[in-house]
Amino acid sequence: MNETYRPLAATVAVFTALFLTGGALYNNFLSTLVLGDILADNAFVIIAAIGTTFVIISGGIDLSIGSMIGFVGVVMANLDTVGWHPLASAALMLAFGLGFGALQGLVIDFCEIQPFIVTLAGLFLLRGACFMINLDSVPIRHPFVLVFSGASIPLPGDGFLASSAIVMLVSLVAAVVIAHFTRFGSYVYAIGGDRVSAALMGVPMRRTIVGIYALGGFYSALGGVIYALYTSSGYPLAGTGTELSAIASVVLGGTVLTGGVGLVAGTLVGGMILGLIATLINFNGSLNGAWIMISSGALLFVFIVLQRSLIGASRLRSAP
Amino acid sequence: MTVEPIHAATSGPSFRARLGATLAHRTVWPVLALALILIVDGFVSPGFFTIRIVEGRLFGSLIDILYRAMPTAMVALGMAVVIGTKGIDLSVGSTIAITGAVIAWRIHAGDSHLLILFLALGVGVLCGLWNGFLVAVLDIQPIIATLILMTSGRGIGLMINLVYGGTNPSFLSPLLQSLSVGHVGLVPTRIIVGAVLFFLLWLLLRRTALGLFLEAVGDNARAADLSGVGARFVRYAAYLISGVYAAAAGVVLTADTHTSDPVSEGLYIELDAILAVVIGGGSLSGGRIYLGATMLGALVIQALTTSILTSGVPPEYNLVVKAFVVIVVLLLQSKNARGLVVRLARARAR
Repeated sequence: MNETYRPLAATVAVFTALFLTGGALYNNFLSTLVLGDILADNAFVIIAAIGTTFVIISGGIDLSIGSMIGFVGVVMANLDTVGWHPLASAALMLAFGLGFGALQGLVIDFCEIQPFIVTLAGLFLLRGACFMINLDSVPIRHPFVLVFSGASIPLPGDGFLASSAIVMLVSLVAAVVIAHFTRFGSYVYAIGGDRVSAALMGVPMRRTIVGIYALGGFYSALGGVIYALYTSSGYPLAGTGTELSAIASVVLGGTVLTGGVGLVAGTLVGGMILGLIATLINFNGSLNGAWIMISSGALLFVFIVLQRSLIGASRLRSAP
Repeated sequence: MTVEPIHAATSGPSFRARLGATLAHRTVWPVLALALILIVDGFVSPGFFTIRIVEGRLFGSLIDILYRAMPTAMVALGMAVVIGTKGIDLSVGSTIAITGAVIAWRIHAGDSHLLILFLALGVGVLCGLWNGFLVAVLDIQPIIATLILMTSGRGIGLMINLVYGGTNPSFLSPLLQSLSVGHVGLVPTRIIVGAVLFFLLWLLLRRTALGLFLEAVGDNARAADLSGVGARFVRYAAYLISGVYAAAAGVVLTADTHTSDPVSEGLYIELDAILAVVIGGGSLSGGRIYLGATMLGALVIQALTTSILTSGVPPEYNLVVKAFVVIVVLLLQSKNARGLVVRLARARAR
């Protein structure tokens, strides 16, 4: 098989195996209803993770995702109380996400500071801004929220594709086009593969890096919009830790953290694996919170080792 | 060897060159940041610098900053070593949670408290062994490898709590509490513990070849391996050190509250520790370990937190202020950003 697609195949195999395990353990698990729920519940994480995929392929990292999701929700809820239409505030927040991401990218490239630290400052800044706006949960009461959460496409079987899942799939298609059919996309892979060679071959470094983080900011803001509409509220602690789920989704999807290798489509499957784990534990019903933490850690470990053996450790070992 | 002419020190270009060299030195910026924060504090809250003796121990804001910075500083020391090998350890908060749970568990089981101290450090060794196994033997990327223990560690702590049916069990231990909240003579014990741990690590890194090996592996693992430094063993050692130092911080933090609280104990301490290393001039791309500057970094973070709390700014603003100071410190450390400021200043002067 083509080497590029082997990690994706490994991820899909893991997902299928887990899904079949769930089917063997519980009645009614193998249905489009469960699949549709996993897609809808995890849409915001997967959307944010799609943006992170670009960042990670370029060899960087973005920790500000969770705070961005919380901030977008809080601002949208407060704009709702002064009479803004959710779509208008969503457009404003998407522009904000784009601008904030671009600023992070500019600082990373211009000041030559590690992305981990710059986006960590971004994490503090946005979460702190949430607390400064308000400390409680604010509901979004506009009728559009009901229209949005009610919209869905029926799937064969009992299932349906919720509007949040549709937005997620559309943004995934857009991301695949950007990654594989534009010049910007190949710049991203080039920078992640070998930064110095990419610069020598004439990749516009600053423009591309600013673009990568702007894209990351845009997608995490979109994740925040979907989360706010899905929960119809803005809560300053919303999305705490989502950056770790997003990074885990990207890695489970077969993208290598050292950059240069990975597929955007894999992130969808990676995010769905995490959603599937939570669903499996919910189906059991008798397990407490401690088990959720331990088993998701254990499964993360198993998957990573499994993927390593499926795609061959030798190639990764030679990576810097 | 030539003797420098004395007048060179006072003439223009040489002085500027010296100033430039001083400003380029890595410890200047954390020291300046710390000084700036303390000076602002001095203006905002009068009596900030007074140190009194209350009930036979030193007392005052400066001592308080040192006192509260110690757990983060201990974690940051281990983190500096791991970051020096081009790695990262996200699991330190979870290690602290497990340490706390084990301490409460064994105290309720009736072990001797000295034994429990070693058991607690043993937890750190185990966590370090696990992370080291993933990173050094299985060659998994450090962020992901330590993410596994980060996600599951607090769950393990909760399970240990459940072993004897308690949630957030509290305990009494004169030995452990004296290490955390006690004092030797005038000085709080944990400051002494922190200083001893710093000195031990300095000896281990700078008086043996280990420090050189760690930095060599962080700089270029393959080159180090080819030149006979066992990169695998050296990286393993880094995660062991980080685990043990996190466990030491766990002992101090757990004994402070004399409660095991796996969900929130040491939450986000990994971010503060990484920040301390970076403020101290350590690069996440590895190859350098600055222990002293890392301690300074931890003090900068704590001084900031303390001054926000004492200056009467609402606690909601804590994170935003912290973010701004972090950004300013980072911009000061960046050569390009300093150059831009200088150019703008010159353009205005003209």
